[in-house]
Amino acid sequence: MTPTESEPLASLDGRIVVLAGGLSHERDVSLRSGRRVAEALRSTGVEVEERDVDARLLPDLAAHPPACVIPLLHGESGEDGAIREVLELLDLPYVGSRPAACRVAFDKPVAKAVAARAGLTTPESVALPHEMFRELGAAAVIEALLGRLGLPLMVKPAKSGSALGCSVVRDAADLPGAMVSAFAYGATALVERFVDGTEVAIGVLDDGSPWTLPAVGIEPDGGVYDYTARYTAGSTRFLVPAKLDDDVARACADAALTAHSALGLRDLSRTDLIIDADGTVWFLEVNVAPGLTETSTVPLAAAAAGLDLGEVTARLARRAVARHHS
Amino acid sequence: MRDVQRGSSTRLDHYVDRYAARTRGMTASEIRALFSVASRPEVVSLAGGMPNISGLPLDVVGGALGELVAEQGAVAMQYGSGQGVPELREQICDVMALEGIDAHPDDVVVTVGSQQAVDLVTRIFCDPGDVVICEAPSYVGALGVFRAYECDVVHAEMDAHGLVPEALRQAILATKAAGKTIKFLYTIPNYHNPAGVSMSPERRPEILEICREADILVLEDNPYGLLGFDREPYRALRADEAEGVIYLGSFSKTFAPGFRVGWALAPHAVREKLVLAQESATLCPPQFSQMAVSAYLARHDWQGQVKQFQELYRERRDAMVDALEDLMPAACRWNVPDGGFYVWLTLPPGIDAKLMLPRAVTARVAYVPGTAFFADGFGSASMRLSYCYPTPERIREGVRRLAGVLEAEMELRATFGSLADHPGLPARSEYDSPSTDLT
Repeated sequence: MTPTESEPLASLDGRIVVLAGGLSHERDVSLRSGRRVAEALRSTGVEVEERDVDARLLPDLAAHPPACVIPLLHGESGEDGAIREVLELLDLPYVGSRPAACRVAFDKPVAKAVAARAGLTTPESVALPHEMFRELGAAAVIEALLGRLGLPLMVKPAKSGSALGCSVVRDAADLPGAMVSAFAYGATALVERFVDGTEVAIGVLDDGSPWTLPAVGIEPDGGVYDYTARYTAGSTRFLVPAKLDDDVARACADAALTAHSALGLRDLSRTDLIIDADGTVWFLEVNVAPGLTETSTVPLAAAAAGLDLGEVTARLARRAVARHHS
Repeated sequence: MRDVQRGSSTRLDHYVDRYAARTRGMTASEIRALFSVASRPEVVSLAGGMPNISGLPLDVVGGALGELVAEQGAVAMQYGSGQGVPELREQICDVMALEGIDAHPDDVVVTVGSQQAVDLVTRIFCDPGDVVICEAPSYVGALGVFRAYECDVVHAEMDAHGLVPEALRQAILATKAAGKTIKFLYTIPNYHNPAGVSMSPERRPEILEICREADILVLEDNPYGLLGFDREPYRALRADEAEGVIYLGSFSKTFAPGFRVGWALAPHAVREKLVLAQESATLCPPQFSQMAVSAYLARHDWQGQVKQFQELYRERRDAMVDALEDLMPAACRWNVPDGGFYVWLTLPPGIDAKLMLPRAVTARVAYVPGTAFFADGFGSASMRLSYCYPTPERIREGVRRLAGVLEAEMELRATFGSLADHPGLPARSEYDSPSTDLT
């Protein structure tokens, strides 16, 4: 797990624009990520401008093109590739995966299918739009879901982050309500078998060839790594590196690298996994704009690896600039 | 990141085991995160209760502040009395006289907004486990204070005429029967936040009599009393009961919230304790703010300004009520407030305002779910809509968006029907600490 020097790094001639905020449900998380990265970059001597996404952004970028853009928008438009499409239209170098790869990765059912085709084990699941329940009758569809997947279940919006709209369902009577909660965040919900085990997040840095940061074990006080557990300092215990047998740790790292490559990601990603009692590594989802807040796992893993967040992001920016020039 | 090392475990908070038990509920919440989006101009926020101070004569205020610095700067920027500036306390008595209160400046304690007055009163009266009776619903900022002091909140029902006397009697009886100590009744008698109703003049003596009989102190919180649209202010509860009522007032709505000046009018012995509590909390309320408010009151036709505010809010109330009548599904119910900032809207059966909020934010409209105003998990079928800040056009657009969201939610609920009403679902009572999103 070491960085490579396979591609040249360009110098940063000008400022880096950190995009954070936006209008998604994860605006607050994005602002936190943006602030943290901007401060880290400034500490390395890089000139940084923090920008929200609004009607003034494009004229400003056109009038004063930055050396590089780091999009740290979470949720829709940030992680679904939309903002990166715009950056490509503007012909600006940016850190992160290409729009098409983002679209696939952000759609959890699609990403799971890609990961499964690449050989990863992922919990059996069904993705259903709410229209399907209306057309076929909710009771019948729910009965079919329970018949196929059993209990317990994890229900989440197909396209969302920060565990918003997610519920663990242990009682069949709770499933309809969990579906309604998920549909509040999007038109399609993913219902998957809940895997009991050790939750692990693995960051992948990619500066030419991808390599993994130490696995972070996640032990939320309440047992569920929900929004509160993610963003309330002190409410989750993180183990860095996660307490895993060597072969399981290798399997986790391989899974993260496989997901990163199979989905065609670049620069930075985070893969969320669960290891069950048998040591099986289950792929849950991948994030193309992982949280970089004070309570997020990627900065934690980077620090444990002896990496400075500012230097890491500056290095990714230089690589993006070099990539753009080539 | 100082406690992160390779091979270690961390909670990312070095002090996690040292916080007081009362901080248990101080956590990140999805609702608060969604309000972050509501601050964007694309979103029509019918959530926050920000006073609309666009009509304030800023030139007059600026002139008064300039003169204050030039003529009394050395005093205005110095520490002051823990009880507050005497001249301002005299002016506060004149303000309270408009609602029938005959008070002496010595019994007034100036506070950092009336929010701090709620805090100080709770601090000097309540031990953990003591009961505060509140209307159902009640002001989220007060509930946050009561929770911080580990009080138990018992709600008593309201109707179109305010707190229901029989409900108050029952709440008192049940609480006493449970062996608990009631420390006070917290009430917002005028243009209630969030319910939008006022306690009728006929009902006020009865409420006072019930509390007198049960020997229960009344905490009368009255930030909106002068902001009626169609009538003169009702007599304050404190106007007819000096010993059993602590009255709280504020300049946040009649002038501007940025100065953070409010007050408490309390019986002598209570006032002494409030001053000591104020001194331990802040040494003194901000001298500069107090003198600025005092100068404004002295030099400007502030009552004329309040009349302008009334007209501004009346226009917005009309815009909201008209839009609700024109656009909302028939199964919704709401009150038509005759003052203040808020409409309390009750949703069709089965619709949960909190669960619907993400969909609303996606549609670029925000409100406060009713659960924020209850300490016991109730209120999911209601929401508070604020009309005080947006323009009438934006209010109508916000209601139009909300109606669309509600129709989509009703369709979803119709799909799942009673299947989704299982009580095991997340029904967390989440009465956040006060913030400008929720006040």
